[in-house]
Amino acid sequence: MESLIQNFFNLEIYATVFPHLLRGLWTTVWLSALVIPLGAAVGLALALGFTQSGSRAVRWSIVGYIDFFRAFPPLVLLILIYFGGPFLGIELGKVTAVALAFVLNNASYYAEVFRAGLEGVVKGQMEAARSTGLTRAQALRHVVVPQAVKNVLPDLVGNSIEIVKLTSIASVVAMPELLRAARDAQSLVFNPSPVMLAAFMYLALLWPLTRWLGRLEHRRARR
Amino acid sequence: MTGGDSGFFFTFFNLAVAKQYWPNIAAGMLVTVGVGIAVVVTGTVLGLWLAVVRALGRRALALPIVAFADIMRSLPPLVVLIVLYFGLPALGMPLSAFAVTWLSLSLVLAAYAEESIWAGICAVPSGQLEAARSTGMRWWQAMRWVVLPQALRRAVPPLTNRVISITKNTALGSVVALNEILNNAQGASSYAGNPTPLMMAAFAYLVVFLPLVVFSRWIEQRWQRR
Repeated sequence: MESLIQNFFNLEIYATVFPHLLRGLWTTVWLSALVIPLGAAVGLALALGFTQSGSRAVRWSIVGYIDFFRAFPPLVLLILIYFGGPFLGIELGKVTAVALAFVLNNASYYAEVFRAGLEGVVKGQMEAARSTGLTRAQALRHVVVPQAVKNVLPDLVGNSIEIVKLTSIASVVAMPELLRAARDAQSLVFNPSPVMLAAFMYLALLWPLTRWLGRLEHRRARR
Repeated sequence: MTGGDSGFFFTFFNLAVAKQYWPNIAAGMLVTVGVGIAVVVTGTVLGLWLAVVRALGRRALALPIVAFADIMRSLPPLVVLIVLYFGLPALGMPLSAFAVTWLSLSLVLAAYAEESIWAGICAVPSGQLEAARSTGMRWWQAMRWVVLPQALRRAVPPLTNRVISITKNTALGSVVALNEILNNAQGASSYAGNPTPLMMAAFAYLVVFLPLVVFSRWIEQRWQRR
């Protein structure tokens, strides 16, 4: 019992490393705020390309892109970009490498979600909007996409939560986010308590969102 | 690229390096597939079991299950892995990298499986269970033969996607030096001073996971049509 407290819940260590971990948490938050909108935007563009394009070649290359990145572990992608880039003479900064890997990966997941949403909007919506004189782009922007987003809101939220969690892999390339901050602190104090504190901070950030997601899913199931 | 010998192909698709290190990558693939299968089996079985226990409707049993599922779905898998890897030895339970990766990813998958199967169970009208009970079946018989088959049918499509994304996370094992594909490739790549092993690793992951992704698409479409 004492060993448990000493190694996991060492309050003295918690107090010492808290400010450092708080800075890490902040990095996690802004990194998420950077890659989530970017990934969602690229994903929406891919989904629109898939549903609106009449060209088979376009549709197949989009499915190819999506399946490729669904099969590719994000950590492998990150390491390939971060450590492989310099061999090509491309020195990407940490943030750029992380953002690039995340957007490439996330866009495929968002694209799947948006595609399902767009396919769930009945054709008559587009036709009715066009008949009022809206252009195709306007009809998409004001009529179809808003309904698609509403259809798949829980999946969009779920995907975004997954991305916040995924930012923890940036610790592997020494991006100073929450997990990295905790690991650094852990090696300074020779005790795993900082990692446990980081786990609590992740919970504080994400548990409310997970609960909210549960409510959204429940509401959709009842519709 | 500094011209001559160190062109793009020489750097990323160096045959000499590939020839020397392919056994490492192949060995890594076996470990990746092994951990992946182990995680899928224990994770889904544990998740199924938790969902059924939750369906018993006892508050004292349901609350800890809900808390477990919430926590495991809120924590990054890499954090679970690192907490267990560094924490368990302090409790006198040092586990190998293989066992820790297996355990952490199983717990994470179990949480998601429990949620999907539970949602499936909730979607089966309660009259089904009552009707089955009235024919003389016991509760667990009705659950096993009437409710679960219907619940699982709903749970499978969302679960296949989850299974793929969690088995892909076996790459996280490289952080605790599990000798799977990524870890072996990084080692080989730094020995060789050349990123070819990383490209081989990328290829190896596609060989393992692309068929699964295609299979999940097939399942989704097949299930939808019914």
